[in-house]
Amino acid sequence: MALLEVKDLHVEIDGREILKGLDLEVKAGEVHAIMGPNGSGKSTLAYVLAGKEEYRPTVGEVRFDGRNLFEMEPDERAAAGLFLAFQYPLEIPGVATMTFLRTALNAQRKKRGQAELSTPDFLKKVRETAGKLGIDQEMLRRAVNVGFSGGEKKRNEILQMALLEPRLAVLDETDSGLDIDALKIVADGVNRLRAPERSFVVITHYQRLLNYIVPDVVHVLSRGRIVKTGGKELALELEARGYAEYQEEVPA
Amino acid sequence: MNAEVAVIKTAAETALAQTFAQVRDRLPGDDAIAARRDAAFELFAKQGLPHRRVEEWKYTDLRALMHDAKPLASPPDATAKARAKDAGRMLGDLDARRLVFVDGVFVADLSDLRDLEPGLSVGSLARALANGDPVLTARLGKLAPANDVAVALNTALMGDGAVIHIAAGATIERPLHLLFVASERPTATFTRSLVTIDHGARAMLIESHEGPSGGDNQVNAALELFAGDAAHVDHVKVIGEGAGALHVSTLAAAIGAHGRFNTFSFINGGAVVRNQLFLRLDGEGTVAGIRGASLLRNHQHADTTLVADHIARDCQSREVFKSVLDDEAHGVFQGRIIVRRHAQKTDAKMMTQALLLSERAEADNKPELEIFADDVQCGHGATAGALDDELRFYLMARGIPPAEAEAMLIQAFLGEAIEGIEHAGLREALIESVAGWLKARG
Repeated sequence: MALLEVKDLHVEIDGREILKGLDLEVKAGEVHAIMGPNGSGKSTLAYVLAGKEEYRPTVGEVRFDGRNLFEMEPDERAAAGLFLAFQYPLEIPGVATMTFLRTALNAQRKKRGQAELSTPDFLKKVRETAGKLGIDQEMLRRAVNVGFSGGEKKRNEILQMALLEPRLAVLDETDSGLDIDALKIVADGVNRLRAPERSFVVITHYQRLLNYIVPDVVHVLSRGRIVKTGGKELALELEARGYAEYQEEVPA
Repeated sequence: MNAEVAVIKTAAETALAQTFAQVRDRLPGDDAIAARRDAAFELFAKQGLPHRRVEEWKYTDLRALMHDAKPLASPPDATAKARAKDAGRMLGDLDARRLVFVDGVFVADLSDLRDLEPGLSVGSLARALANGDPVLTARLGKLAPANDVAVALNTALMGDGAVIHIAAGATIERPLHLLFVASERPTATFTRSLVTIDHGARAMLIESHEGPSGGDNQVNAALELFAGDAAHVDHVKVIGEGAGALHVSTLAAAIGAHGRFNTFSFINGGAVVRNQLFLRLDGEGTVAGIRGASLLRNHQHADTTLVADHIARDCQSREVFKSVLDDEAHGVFQGRIIVRRHAQKTDAKMMTQALLLSERAEADNKPELEIFADDVQCGHGATAGALDDELRFYLMARGIPPAEAEAMLIQAFLGEAIEGIEHAGLREALIESVAGWLKARG
């Protein structure tokens, strides 16, 4: 059974249909890349999976580990192992990064019936993981993402992912706004987490990130539908030829 | 102000007049004090309870909100005292010197009067009035605005309170905690305190007002605070009475030159609260932090009215007031900063923010700047809004349940004000109290 099954997903936002019958199947341990031009529905897919309020399906079904995703609140989805790395991570003034990380981690553990992590264990885990991502201790002392650069915010998303150890991580244009060094750090963070039971959906506009996070499957998303699926070489093809051929209206 | 109108006396006004007539001759103080009481009551009798057409009380129509006047509390008996022993829960863990007032009366055997630090003297207002203390007579009423009806009623009916003096240069490490507890009798109390902190002295003063959870007692408390030059004073007021209480309190303070002054108002109790702050920066080079947080639910109404008067030059003041309003609660903030002609180089910034947790909650905000000097930096800002859905979603997407996510955001919202409190123990006690409030929200 696939970890994530998306069947004929239609999503409307403000009365406009953005996803128009999307199908996707991600098995445990696989890395899928979803590429597509701006406005093709990439971020919409990310938000629908995470459970953002106004992103509700009109038709279709999504199963995560066999459970109907649309019957779960965003926090329940997270506790079940779904993680979204935001394209634009939010700043939360007044909430200390450490408090945030700890509350999130323990809330998930609690929901899964696990014991809360002790303070020393938690601190050790955060420090180790942060160190590998080039996040210094000073950043951890600040409020969540407040005063962080674009690259720091993206690294903070990866830190959260590494701590929360999801079963499925959806990375929404995590590469946007990153220079090559930051991109390598982020990719390295993802690669370290690759495991037979863990899957990734990497949403990106450019092929660049996929040089570092090598996908098993590449999909082209255009006008709200997956229009082509292939191996990693498809990404290179897209890089060379662009999206033009996929933007023609597909006959219904 | 409007022309005098012949008003029909309300039940509360009539009852207050009866009370005053009954107790006038029994209240402490010499003839001079008695004359002041008469004059103050006369002012009240003329104006009546303030109502919405009185600009300063526009949002807190006391005439409509005060349905009756409770009888004046009689001195606490053993039962009342026994109940008061269990009070002070909220700040219970704080290491402080407690001065306990039960139903407005100082109770020495519940208070901590041992080993007073050098330079510290504490006493009761009732005794000082009875003894005809000349310093007290000279200072009382110097700071509290006589034309304010709440202050006038307090002056007319004041029974007891704290009289505190801290000598020049003394540093009092342990906070002084004035704990005003109402017992379960539905009564009215009028307390008046006078605190004098001399040149270069340092102290922290906490006033907390508590009562039984369902209590419908009425409190009118006034505190006059004189801080000399180079004094460092922290003042915190906690208004945490029961759900039916009517609380009107006034802080009137004058701060000398090169001083540091912080005051924080924390409101999470009472049915109707009016928290008045009249602050004067009398000497140059003083830094003042004037902050507050309110947590209101159900039909609670709380009004913080501030006048920060910059009289001398080179002073800095920061005003930060935050309110969290749930259900049909009503929060009011009226803040006026006055910069007098000689108060050049004043730096004053006032910020007030309301977080509305319900569509039926209401926040009113009236900032005013009156600037007579030409070389100053003054500003004010106000916001009112709901919790940010995007932030809520971000927290939930990390596995944090909605109630906990909201609690985190509310705590973060209040944090900016509460973190202004320098005393770590007190800061934590208030954060704890916020957590308790949020927990009850469910």
